[in-house]
Amino acid sequence: MAIEKVCGIETEYGIQVVGGDPNPIAGSSVLINAYAHEVVHRRTAWDFDDESPGNDARGEAQPGAMPPAIETHLVNSVLTNGARYYVDHAHPEFSTPECLDALECVRYDRAGEEILRRSVEAADRLTHDGRRFSVYKNNSDGKGNSYGCHENYLVARSVPFDRIVTSVTPHFVTRQIYAGAGKVGAETAAFDGQRVDYQISQRAEFFEERVGLETTLKRPIVNTRDEPHADPSRYRRLHVIVGDSNLCEVATFLKVGTTALVLSMIEDDATGPRPLDFADPVRAMHAVSQDLTLRRALRMADGSTATALDVQWHLYELARKYAMDHGTASVGGADVGTLILDRWGGVLEALEADPMSLAGQLDWVAKLHLLEGYRARHDLAWQDRRLAAMDLQYHDLRPARSLFSRLGTERLVSDEEVARAVETPPRGTRAWFRGACLARWPDAVVTANWDSLVFDLGQDPLRRVPMMDPLRGTADHVEELLQKSSTPADLLSRLSQ
Amino acid sequence: MTERELKKKPTTTERAEPVAEDVPAPSAKGEKLKAELDDLLDEIDEVLEDNAEEFVRNYVQKGGE
Repeated sequence: MAIEKVCGIETEYGIQVVGGDPNPIAGSSVLINAYAHEVVHRRTAWDFDDESPGNDARGEAQPGAMPPAIETHLVNSVLTNGARYYVDHAHPEFSTPECLDALECVRYDRAGEEILRRSVEAADRLTHDGRRFSVYKNNSDGKGNSYGCHENYLVARSVPFDRIVTSVTPHFVTRQIYAGAGKVGAETAAFDGQRVDYQISQRAEFFEERVGLETTLKRPIVNTRDEPHADPSRYRRLHVIVGDSNLCEVATFLKVGTTALVLSMIEDDATGPRPLDFADPVRAMHAVSQDLTLRRALRMADGSTATALDVQWHLYELARKYAMDHGTASVGGADVGTLILDRWGGVLEALEADPMSLAGQLDWVAKLHLLEGYRARHDLAWQDRRLAAMDLQYHDLRPARSLFSRLGTERLVSDEEVARAVETPPRGTRAWFRGACLARWPDAVVTANWDSLVFDLGQDPLRRVPMMDPLRGTADHVEELLQKSSTPADLLSRLSQ
Repeated sequence: MTERELKKKPTTTERAEPVAEDVPAPSAKGEKLKAELDDLLDEIDEVLEDNAEEFVRNYVQKGGE
């Protein structure tokens, strides 16, 4: 049986600072400090001891590979909902806590947006040098610079990495037909100079390799970073870098839900005798992004052709059969599993019949619908800068400027659930222990990271509590223990009993 | 992989290029979406950045990840 697909989303936000020092690193730090001090009145630091992003899942360092640098001097904090909120490169980044299923991921992804919005409001209030801040949940500046929205999934270490690469690639190439965020124009050499008015994905054209360790150059469809943040003998964390940042909840839900299901299938070896294989996955990924009709035939390794929709229908049918044979415990249980399959089949049918009917559900369609409406009303060519501006503004999180929020797209989670997710951690993963300890004893938790908490009990030495299993430290496991403990020292002594 | 294995509804796999009849008549849902969009378009200029050209030019980000 596939293990629970514990999952999370890391989002790098675009940031603009006007009216003063435009430095995005300083600006990002202001946002996070403003949130930590103004909104939650404290900050627990991140602990870098277990970070090793240079490890390669293929076993050895690849020649010429450039592991990402860890910037320990930048602002970093851990929140009571178990999330990490920090400056990465020159962006504010929010990593959701570990979630148990795709719907929970949507709640925490939305909570991240809310936290960024509150940060902007706090920063505008706190800075008196005339600076004004705005953040964008998108993935490129339209000038060839991209920043990521990465997903993470817990996978059993026993699954051969090669099998993951082979079987997940067709999904990563084609899932953009519902998970793409849409973009005006093109900004790389991916389309050989062909004119592109509008494409399905923000990120697709930035991918140049099938598999590799990099995330910032020569981006690979399957990223090999082997940094499980958990017991490495049992777990792998598949670090997925192909995705766009989504605002539509249905798109986020499907992006994470279908991927969790496909990974469960791979783990249980249920992807069929001959998994689909593109002749050239990188070019196919670009072609899918470019083809708004979803009808383009793509060359497969065996010489046949298939459209992106064909490939998604194939994966969907396998997933349906898999759910019947194996159940859906690994993706959150019957309710969430059924919702993933219903939604998946539903959007594929709608994409086949009339993609524009999904303007209330998918980002690339919602944005296209808006742009086509504006274009028709003002008789604009696609090259008109007003359309590029609207593309950016679709992703602006500020209520006064956000175009997305005016479109009234379908919700899967309520405002109350999101508000709760801003403050409290998921109950079914170790994020619960992290968040609950931070909420209860903010002064005693001196640092935290994904797989440990460090307590200062007022005496030497500091005490580290390892959390090497993402499925332990849940509310079920430790809520009662925490309630019974009167002090952090008491908790630690009960934990060691 | 064979066509049969793909196991899906009647498809257009053979057609590499889109043709006009692929676009179905707008659905009731489509009409509703269009009406809502019209309302938004009536007021959107209030929300849009004043100088699109300058806004787009100044939106420059460092690569991330």
